[in-house]
Amino acid sequence: MWTAHDATAGRSAVAHMLRFWLVKLLRASITLWLVVTAVFIVLRTSGDPVQSLLPPDARQEEIEQFREAWGLDRPLTEQYAQYIVNVATGDFGKSYRDGRQVSTIIAERVPWTLMLGLTSYAVAVLLGVPLGIWAAIRRNTFVDRLIMSFAVMGFALPNFFFGILLILLFSLSLRMLPSSGTGTWMHMIMPAATLGLATAGALARFTRSAMLEVLGKVYLRAAAAKGVSFRDRILRHAVPNAAIPVVTVMGLNLGHLVGGAIVVETVFAWPGVGRLLVSSVSSRDLAVVQALVLMIACTMVAANLIVDLLYGVLDPRIRIAAKD
Amino acid sequence: MRRPPLLVLFAMLFLAFVAFVAIAGNVFSPYAHTDQNLLARLKPPSFLGGDPRYLLGTDRLGRDMVARLVYGLRMSVMVAVMGTVLGATVGIALGFVAAHFRGFVEETIMAVVDFQASLPFILIALTLLAFFGNSMTLFIILMGLQGWENYARLTRGVVLSAASQPYAQAVRALGSSPLRLYWKHILPNVASALIVQLTLNFPQIVLIETALSFLGLGIQPPMTSLGQILGDGRDYLSNAWWIAVWPGTIIFLTTLSMSIVGDALRDYLDPTLKRQRV
Repeated sequence: MWTAHDATAGRSAVAHMLRFWLVKLLRASITLWLVVTAVFIVLRTSGDPVQSLLPPDARQEEIEQFREAWGLDRPLTEQYAQYIVNVATGDFGKSYRDGRQVSTIIAERVPWTLMLGLTSYAVAVLLGVPLGIWAAIRRNTFVDRLIMSFAVMGFALPNFFFGILLILLFSLSLRMLPSSGTGTWMHMIMPAATLGLATAGALARFTRSAMLEVLGKVYLRAAAAKGVSFRDRILRHAVPNAAIPVVTVMGLNLGHLVGGAIVVETVFAWPGVGRLLVSSVSSRDLAVVQALVLMIACTMVAANLIVDLLYGVLDPRIRIAAKD
Repeated sequence: MRRPPLLVLFAMLFLAFVAFVAIAGNVFSPYAHTDQNLLARLKPPSFLGGDPRYLLGTDRLGRDMVARLVYGLRMSVMVAVMGTVLGATVGIALGFVAAHFRGFVEETIMAVVDFQASLPFILIALTLLAFFGNSMTLFIILMGLQGWENYARLTRGVVLSAASQPYAQAVRALGSSPLRLYWKHILPNVASALIVQLTLNFPQIVLIETALSFLGLGIQPPMTSLGQILGDGRDYLSNAWWIAVWPGTIIFLTTLSMSIVGDALRDYLDPTLKRQRV
């Protein structure tokens, strides 16, 4: 029954939730600011930005223009402010290699990375979570040991080597899949498998331990005593409770995925952001490197923020704890 | 003490073998890792019908794979050991500093720790390599930078809880200096947790070193490392698979063994951390 008391309780719960989200948002902004500042410091301590960011054959007026745009003739604090403004408006300058706008170059690459990243992430989640649940239900059986062995191997097998093994097997021996590049959906299989399977292993391992912890709880025994079917006990009681830590780890794994994409895109000559980063580091195209680092860091911070917010939705205890 | 399981035994044996090769590997090949034999380029391993002089085959310049793998392994292990020592020293020291001074110092150190933990390390490594240019010194510093934050966080945590223990209070009451207390009393008590962290950190450093060298951004020729040989081999997969497969297999087995031994060590050293054998 609805009472006045319930109404205030409801309102305060919403307020606490908002406060929780605001705190998280603030933290994310601070991290972002730290990243931008760190890049600024590295850029200034590693040498003259004109020399690092402009091609060596830049004309005098270009240099002047650059000094003007980035405020290099003004005091360091003003430069810093100008830098933040430039970064916030997406003005990262021009590539050293082909003189095009950095933002244009990156924009061309982003869809490829998103395509690969989302597919891999889907592989990881759709494979890792069910396998982890299955291993937990069948704990200490052959199935469990098999799944966990694969999970450990996924951790120890470097993704660049795994990718090469796949190329050797499926491209060179069996001649079933193209070894690199893009074009058809077939090109996607090996990069997505390389990137997704290792993450799936980590997720399976974690899901299993989260499930085992929940399966030992009294409320599951109570549910069994009540006559709840095995399926419902797992799907309606165990999984939602185990989901909380698993979602956190899924968020953390996004970082592994981004780090992994840098290497895997290079192995398979995938035209994404990761390969662009590696080639830009090789040729020291610093304007591009700087923009990519900021962009990837932003993505990471945003992903962590989403996980934190989801965490609050999934676990009512967090909201309540925020009250104190 | 119970006999360790067979798997752990194998892992330990393999790591001993890796250490032996890294130290005394020259006995396996009469060649130097840079010796070229252009008449014997891309020869398959001798047991697969290659040149009998080259047990594991040769690369694109006719260099003996055994000699290169030994040198590469030595380089990878050396870099990883130096990185581990550097990272552990800096991390543990900063962890002590944070726990000792508390307040602003602690907040600052922990903010840096959180900052690094929130980004994939390879991104940080690539940024620093891009801006400062590759050099051996920077590369080893980078290896130390990988994972220092875990030591700092761990040390700070255990020191804070150890400092309130009666034994620490007793030592302090006896008039010992904080340094003596940390060095002689608290550090030995938290050593096992730190050793476990070491075994987790070492394979990560091996992986990041090999990944960067694989991308051509780590160890530079004429020096070589396992990752760099693997990167070289990528261009010859269709006619000389062995160039990529040998170093990759060694990296895989080393990191796998290290994780297995690390897990066993954690169970053995730290009964309170002992994971339920489920």
